[in-house]
Amino acid sequence: MKSATAIIIGAGHCGLAMSNHLTARSIDHVVIERGEVANSWRTERWDSLRLLTPNWQTRLPGYAYAGSDPHGFMAVTEVVQFVQRYAEHSRAPVVTGTRVTRVRQRDGGYELSTSEGSWRCRKLVIASGACNVASVPSVSAALPAGVTSLSLLQYKNPALLPQGGVMIVGASASGVQLAREIRASGRRVVLCVGEHVRMPRTYRGHDIQWWMNAIGAMNVRYDALDDIQRARHLPSPQLIGSPDHATIDLNSLRKSDVELVGRLVGLGGGKAQFSGSLANCCALADLKMNRLLAGIDEWVEENGLTKDFPAAERYEPTDVGPEARLSLDLAEAEIDTVIWATGYRPDYSWLDVPVLDRKGRIQHDGGVVSAPGMYVMGLPFMRRRKSSFIDGAGDDAADLAAHLDHSLASVAA
Amino acid sequence: MKTSNNTAAVENGVNVDALLGAREALEKAPEAAQFKWRASCEWLHGTHSRSTIGKFFGLGTEQSRDTTFAVEADHPKIFASEDHAPTPVELVLSGLASCLTAGVAAVAQRRGIQLHSVKATLEADMDIQGILGIDDDVRNGFGAIRVHFNIRADASEDDIKALVAQSQKRSAVFDIVTNPTNVFVSVN
Repeated sequence: MKSATAIIIGAGHCGLAMSNHLTARSIDHVVIERGEVANSWRTERWDSLRLLTPNWQTRLPGYAYAGSDPHGFMAVTEVVQFVQRYAEHSRAPVVTGTRVTRVRQRDGGYELSTSEGSWRCRKLVIASGACNVASVPSVSAALPAGVTSLSLLQYKNPALLPQGGVMIVGASASGVQLAREIRASGRRVVLCVGEHVRMPRTYRGHDIQWWMNAIGAMNVRYDALDDIQRARHLPSPQLIGSPDHATIDLNSLRKSDVELVGRLVGLGGGKAQFSGSLANCCALADLKMNRLLAGIDEWVEENGLTKDFPAAERYEPTDVGPEARLSLDLAEAEIDTVIWATGYRPDYSWLDVPVLDRKGRIQHDGGVVSAPGMYVMGLPFMRRRKSSFIDGAGDDAADLAAHLDHSLASVAA
Repeated sequence: MKTSNNTAAVENGVNVDALLGAREALEKAPEAAQFKWRASCEWLHGTHSRSTIGKFFGLGTEQSRDTTFAVEADHPKIFASEDHAPTPVELVLSGLASCLTAGVAAVAQRRGIQLHSVKATLEADMDIQGILGIDDDVRNGFGAIRVHFNIRADASEDDIKALVAQSQKRSAVFDIVTNPTNVFVSVN
């Protein structure tokens, strides 16, 4: 049986950032990867996807974007290259083509069964990602036969869709991006909108991510919040990383004739039913956006920088019209495809250690899992607001590597 | 205009600490969060009826209360009724208003906002061709409900709007009227 002091599962940006910090601390380790480096990015994303964060923010410990377009947004192929180059640059000890099938506690450490034999380790870092499985609500089982049902892991581009209209369930980043490109392909698009987070792409002359960074929002720690669970379950903001830095919101989608309806709350007899809460979901998002913008304006003023930026502005409230429909006969409306843009969740089916709560979420304190010597990375607001961003991996890896190193040292002493 | 994060400084009559404590306890014991609400209703005469509301189930056990409440309903005289009490659909509006208003008070307390007055005015559209069976394409229930809140509080306009939005987000009756519910009716 092969062994290492520490094993990192997953050679994405999180696993590689952790590997970098363990190497710096001379802790022997391997990174076990089911496919190739950046596997999820290679195989499980739609064609047009770009990062929601600008290139300058695409940085990992000891490595950063160095191209000519710091304010642009990387396409998926560029992200794959970036992560691949980082793996080479940091000489990460990656074992590719090795799928972990089971993890058990053994002798105060862990035993991993993999497609290529077993491994033992004292410390385990789960960096296998937060988006392994597309969350599809159970109501999807009631879709009429003949309607194609696609998850976010299956959708690639509009040309591959069946002929007719498309109902997209969910209006977070992925839902609004898909609505935009599928509508542009000439299809009828119905977008089911529940709670969402609205944000302008650019505000007062800078990208919204630049502002979030500048005002310190990205570095807010998980233990500084009243209700961390709520922060961890916030939907992704309605942003798109496009070369023209376009803002995408429900108003712009509605202007391009995307039909907005409330949250999907029922499917039966070929009919979809929508919640009457659409207006309030939009009111909540508008208020929340304005609080963020007010926070930015306050920061500018407090720092005496008013002259350095264009004037503050506020955006049109979301206008969903007076008569959002409450039901839709899918056949009558010629909806041939339903896309479930209802989020992702991690896959822990291989994790045979009692660390999951009743909802299947891994229990952790800022990435330190409840089982001894186990760590997790890359989950939403895991340690900081930026934990699920590429730019968040470095600081989280530094903290968790220090914790891991310390716990090794205390056993040795 | 001022806002305060000091919940001790405001008094809206909502025990937020108790509610937060209950939330924390029920997060650890979700089975105790399973409640059953009940009402029984007796026909009096014509369209006049009386509901009694008393015991409910919650926190893992039958709960009783000091009073058994009675709520009557009837229809107005233009429906050839005797107008002893509000119509059931008006009671639905009252239920929605009360639920949202209670929510505003609770959220305000939690956010440290002192309320001075909260008044909700509701109006619902109904095309009674539905209930009279004149046109099958017309639904029986409301076409739309409009709620207007008039709130005086020590807070900015946006903070007051946020109270009302959050109240809708966490309201049981708002959910009941905006989303479908399976209803099972049995006889004898």
